[in-house]
Amino acid sequence: MRQRETSIQLAHGGGGVMSRNLIRDEIVSRFGRGPLEGLPDAARISIAGRELLFTTDSYVVTPLEFPGGNIGSLAVHGTVNDLAVSGGRPRWLSLGLILEEGLPFEVLRRVLDAIVAAATACDVRVATGDTKVVARGQCDGMFINTSGIGDPIPGFRLGPERLRPGDWVLASGTLGDHGMAVLAARAGIGIMGGPVSDSAPVHRLVEAAAAFAGGVRFMRDPTRGGIASVLNEAVEGQAVGILLREAVLPFAPGTRSAAEMLGLDLLNVACEGRLLMICEPGVGEGILETWHRLPEGQRACRIGEVDDRGGAVILETVMGSRRLVDVPQGEVLPRIC
Amino acid sequence: MKYVDSFRDPAIAAPLCDRLKTRGAALAARGGRARIMEVCGSHTMAVGRHGIRQLLPENVTLISGPGCPVCVTAPGYIDAAIALARRGVTIATFGDMLHVPGSEGTLGECRSGGASVEVCYSPRSARDLALARPDREVVFLAIGFETTIAPVVSLVDLALREHIGNLSLLTAFKLVPPALRAVLDDPEIQVDAFLCPAHVSAIIGPRTYEPFARDFRKPCVIAGFEPLDILFGLCAILDQMVEGRASVENLYERVVHEDGNPIARALMDRYLRPVAARWRGLGQLPDSGLMLRDEFVRYDAEKRFDVPVGPGRESPGCLCGEVIKGKRSPLECPLFAQRCTPTDPVGPCMVSSEGTCSAYYKYERRMRA
Repeated sequence: MRQRETSIQLAHGGGGVMSRNLIRDEIVSRFGRGPLEGLPDAARISIAGRELLFTTDSYVVTPLEFPGGNIGSLAVHGTVNDLAVSGGRPRWLSLGLILEEGLPFEVLRRVLDAIVAAATACDVRVATGDTKVVARGQCDGMFINTSGIGDPIPGFRLGPERLRPGDWVLASGTLGDHGMAVLAARAGIGIMGGPVSDSAPVHRLVEAAAAFAGGVRFMRDPTRGGIASVLNEAVEGQAVGILLREAVLPFAPGTRSAAEMLGLDLLNVACEGRLLMICEPGVGEGILETWHRLPEGQRACRIGEVDDRGGAVILETVMGSRRLVDVPQGEVLPRIC
Repeated sequence: MKYVDSFRDPAIAAPLCDRLKTRGAALAARGGRARIMEVCGSHTMAVGRHGIRQLLPENVTLISGPGCPVCVTAPGYIDAAIALARRGVTIATFGDMLHVPGSEGTLGECRSGGASVEVCYSPRSARDLALARPDREVVFLAIGFETTIAPVVSLVDLALREHIGNLSLLTAFKLVPPALRAVLDDPEIQVDAFLCPAHVSAIIGPRTYEPFARDFRKPCVIAGFEPLDILFGLCAILDQMVEGRASVENLYERVVHEDGNPIARALMDRYLRPVAARWRGLGQLPDSGLMLRDEFVRYDAEKRFDVPVGPGRESPGCLCGEVIKGKRSPLECPLFAQRCTPTDPVGPCMVSSEGTCSAYYKYERRMRA
């Protein structure tokens, strides 16, 4: 039997096709009923008649600190964002730390301070936690797990099955900054004005869109696999597709420089503080206006539309031609979050 | 980003596309067509990424050539690399090589099984690895064309100067001109002109292509990788064909100089000598590869560890060999997007980020549905 069938490969964690197959075959097949069904970013659970959103995420980014954030701020933003894009208001966090023998205290303190600052900015409280230390070589500096609980914001009815031709695809800001910042930091690529992570909470963008909640059909934060992964998932098996327009895609210059140098397609690269939304055409302008009033929504724009090309995500290039935007395959960029 | 955007300016692309159409029509008026081989894998990817095939007139076809270094590497080479990894040697490699099928498995699978396989963005990382781990032997998988050969062979230069004893190369260097000759010598492959590789030309210089223009009457145009570069290059090729000319034109003067890069060639010449090389698809071609000269044999992993590189076994049913020669399009392969996908590739053209099948899969497979 080939090795790929007998053991986990790095590509299983890359956010591409192999990750999806792993989750489908090993996780969903065992736990896929109930709140886990459909693999939402956050599960809807009910306790004593009250509906709550519940999510968890683990953070293994390397290096621990990168331009624009560190593993601590990322661990707060990632989980807060999973709640927010599920139409929730983040409330409580758990904090699980796995520390490697030899981790400098000053690094630990910077990470913890970043957690406090990010949680304060997101108006969430760390309610419970756990700390473990493992021997040198058994983890890489530190790993973090955070779980989050949030309140559903009334009015959002989200799901890819609600997409209709003509819907607008909105991005709240520049794309691919986090993945490129981490990769550049890791590779020691010093570019003047180089990529800076977009790690940030998106819950205020969601709150701002709540006034238009009825017209919002789909929200995600495009992390691993970038917007290519998220949009392909949204239209997979559906009668609708998506047309993106290259000329209007928002990219930060430093991020683009790094991506062009390394030959990476930014549509496949992770964001950690952006909101990708698909909405009815009637509310698109209104949502963009409210976003533009927020600092995190300054570069928000419409990047494309839903069309009737079933299941396909297509890019209209600046040359006026069209090409497929595929799901990234295999080991895209390991350990970026 | 000025140097990216100015080479993707739609306002300049439009007149170039018009010119392609009129030139295509002029050819068509006398029953002609143009089968243009884009030799280099980076051109293949750029054509896909920017949707350039759709901008061409109907009688102008782009055929992908043997210019993807991973794709032309024979399976026996992967077998040798796996054998080395299993012996406890650290393999340093560009990422694409991880998933190329050898006779029985891939290096990626070997790594999951516990072997030490490190992915490098630059050959220099192999030297850093060797310095960081003096207790281990580090072998760099030295594949590539002229563009890559010089920087990779500079590792030997570094190792000599820095007295690094635990670093060696498993070489499968390939040269582009002998492959083009093999393409032209094959009566089944009908190519009217070459869109010559950009960065390879920066090393070997435009004059190297002169025999192809003079003796075979094939227009040879060197163009860069940006969409306007490619459109401009295709226009130049069609101009030549319409006017019945065949010459070498260098349209990538910002990078490719008249005499190429003599310093890089001198470095290659100091350490390497020509050798017959085995190409996936094209078979054994005389003087189409380079290997370390005898005085540098201690840096030659094949000899140092006595792992002879054999032909290996190609996956049955896989048309990569035909695709590499430009005889078939990936869409004609029965395995394409069925049994052979980037996640579970059967042949190397689907693995490499410069592979023809990978480019078609990534950018065009559903455009035709």
